[in-house]
Amino acid sequence: MKIKQLATVALTTLAVSAPVAADLVFPSLSYRTGPYANGGAPLADGYADYFTLLNQRDGGIGGVMASVPECETGYNTAKGVECYESTKGDGALVYMPLSTGMTYQLIPKVTADDIPLVTTGYGRTSAANGRVFSHVFNFPANYWTGASRIINSIMEEAGGDISGKNIALVYHNSGYGKEPIPTLKALAEKHNFNLTLIPVDHPGQEQKSQWLQIRRERPDNIIMYGWGVMNQVALQEAANIRYPMDQMYGIWWSVTENDKLEGMGSHGYKGATFHNVGSNYPIFSDIQKYVTDAGLAAGDGSNVGSVMYNRGLYAAMLAAEAAKTAQNMFGVKDVTSGQMRDAFEVLDMSAEVMAAAGMPNFGPAFQVSCANHGGPGLAAIQQWDGNTQEWKLIGDFEAPDMEVIAPLIKADSEAYAKENNITPRDC
Amino acid sequence: MFYRESGDFKKTYRDDSQTFPIKFDRRRYYVVMAIAFLVLPWFITDYIANAVMIPFLVWAIAALGLNILVGYCGQLSLGTGGFMAVGAYATYKLMTSFPGMDMFSVVLLSGFVTAFVGMIFGLPSLRIKGFYLAVATLAAQFFLVWLLNKVPWFYNYSASGQITAPERSMFGIIITGPYASPVTGYLFCLILAIGLAWVARNLTRGRLGRSWMAIRDMDIAAEIIGVNPLMAKLSAFAVSSFFVGVAGSLFFSVYLGAAEVTEAFSINVSFAVLFMVIIGGLGSIFGSFVGAAFMVLMPVLLKNILVGGLGWPTDLAAHLEFIIVGALIVIFLIVEPHGLAQMARVLKEKLRLWPFPH
Repeated sequence: MKIKQLATVALTTLAVSAPVAADLVFPSLSYRTGPYANGGAPLADGYADYFTLLNQRDGGIGGVMASVPECETGYNTAKGVECYESTKGDGALVYMPLSTGMTYQLIPKVTADDIPLVTTGYGRTSAANGRVFSHVFNFPANYWTGASRIINSIMEEAGGDISGKNIALVYHNSGYGKEPIPTLKALAEKHNFNLTLIPVDHPGQEQKSQWLQIRRERPDNIIMYGWGVMNQVALQEAANIRYPMDQMYGIWWSVTENDKLEGMGSHGYKGATFHNVGSNYPIFSDIQKYVTDAGLAAGDGSNVGSVMYNRGLYAAMLAAEAAKTAQNMFGVKDVTSGQMRDAFEVLDMSAEVMAAAGMPNFGPAFQVSCANHGGPGLAAIQQWDGNTQEWKLIGDFEAPDMEVIAPLIKADSEAYAKENNITPRDC
Repeated sequence: MFYRESGDFKKTYRDDSQTFPIKFDRRRYYVVMAIAFLVLPWFITDYIANAVMIPFLVWAIAALGLNILVGYCGQLSLGTGGFMAVGAYATYKLMTSFPGMDMFSVVLLSGFVTAFVGMIFGLPSLRIKGFYLAVATLAAQFFLVWLLNKVPWFYNYSASGQITAPERSMFGIIITGPYASPVTGYLFCLILAIGLAWVARNLTRGRLGRSWMAIRDMDIAAEIIGVNPLMAKLSAFAVSSFFVGVAGSLFFSVYLGAAEVTEAFSINVSFAVLFMVIIGGLGSIFGSFVGAAFMVLMPVLLKNILVGGLGWPTDLAAHLEFIIVGALIVIFLIVEPHGLAQMARVLKEKLRLWPFPH
């Protein structure tokens, strides 16, 4: 039987060594299965479709075709390791793991392998400190800026004063859900509101006791950091106790097309976002023409224009722009992952660049620097409209309270640097 | 043809009671060892080392541990995930509190910490049996995960509750952290896996192992003939938890590099290890290895064939993987309820008689 094991290993080697023939490789660690598939599938579709569009319309990036090898993780960190190991050898330029847990795992690995890791709107917040995290980028916004933006919005509605108010954080009891707690605690101290922490365990099907607590305590506002099925259940429970929807805020992973109730059920539910919503952009007619109509759409093609699809599209656009920047910076067409990292560090996502990509005003304009890998952290608030059954942006992309967040980022990243013997870079 | 036993006489008790009394088995064992230690390190790629061999060895250690408890002592446990988490967090605390400590000591100390925790949760086994004990250990699973998630001291007050393995070395060779070579990680796990398998093999055929098996086969009878149930059960829990803790420690520090307790050590882990033990064969050292190989290698192999070889969509492949692995488990259990180890045993008996069966 030992011989059988060895044969299995040998067979695996053979199966793995089939190479992916392409020039610019953007691996997609997706999850189209498991409890979080309803969010993961449109994300992966958007990511893949953008590169298909570039290949079909422009003949690739700077004349070099892009390929997007997909690897199914099921939102499972152990499978994520397997996916990372199996794709990194093919010349991977950048990783976007779409999972906070996987991000934590990949941070040391990508730094050693000299591959940039870009986590748009998730991952380790303190990675914004580019001095410590040389290969990790979390622009344009992160969990802490999102939390601060939500508090700002609550303050605005309350006329600028929220002292004495009760705000509850309903969160996915994982690395992802726990991220905003330090920021919210610091903000609670600054603005004198009371913060109640209500964890929901994976996957979030069962939330009766949590909402019983909410029903008893009747917090003035609820902030939700949920993902996947947890969101729908929470909304249903909120409707059951007749909690006013417009006092509920979700982070950007809790405000998708899946996160709604029938009819006017969740009308008024709000959430933070770092990119625009809807399909009213020039790029979508190109996607229709070159991707969907040509039968090249990833997945079943039904997700085009949804919130998660747009997020995947946006992430792909950032990666493609960085690849272009790298090509210009180094004067080569086949860029390496190290050159990609350098390009991400000087990425200038101006309004013109976004317009040229067919996505004007799709996200905030921002610039990355060596010290700041997180961008300015601008976020907007979107609201669910039950009449038209769609998300609408209310208000502009606004800056968070960096006065509170900056010291937290500094403290957390320095703790990481100390634990891992990293000497912060000079910049 | 394979087994030529004529002329292979045992002249001493030592020869007669060795682990592999048949010459062919012994040679095969040495060949496998030689390949694992001398040949594979030169040939395995980073992918095979990191994504196939290291998880296989880590899960094999966990399966060995659970096999001692379930297979040899007959105490059903569903707390494996929780105990692995204890091993992982003990490793993390030791690594960050004592940066100078070498990895070998860290892993073994984590094992001892887990053994202690395992003994505490083993106490109820003196009063409750069978399915009821399974429920009690299930409580251990949920309690330990909850505790490690709840108390910030365990994860050094990091914002997200994630633990990350810092770089640590032994004799100047980097074992953990991103700069560790995959081959080093493989060899480190291999040495521990082989060492622990050797310990397990010798424990189970000694006095202690016999007392476990006596308890397993009929605890009242065992008590009457003088086996102390307290000692037997608690020692089984301690040894089993030690193995499981070492597996958790390696799982976190060498394999994953970072972990989050609710995700990496959930109840699914407990079930997975239990399946490994059942599919591999209860009460068999070899079975623990085969069971782990089946549960770890099969999905990776299928994925590489379906996605890498045939180019199927990843989600379809992922679902098919579940179906195929699930069907294979059912088929194996119908064909041979005592696991793959029993299949190997039957095959061996056939081969020993071949080509002259009665």
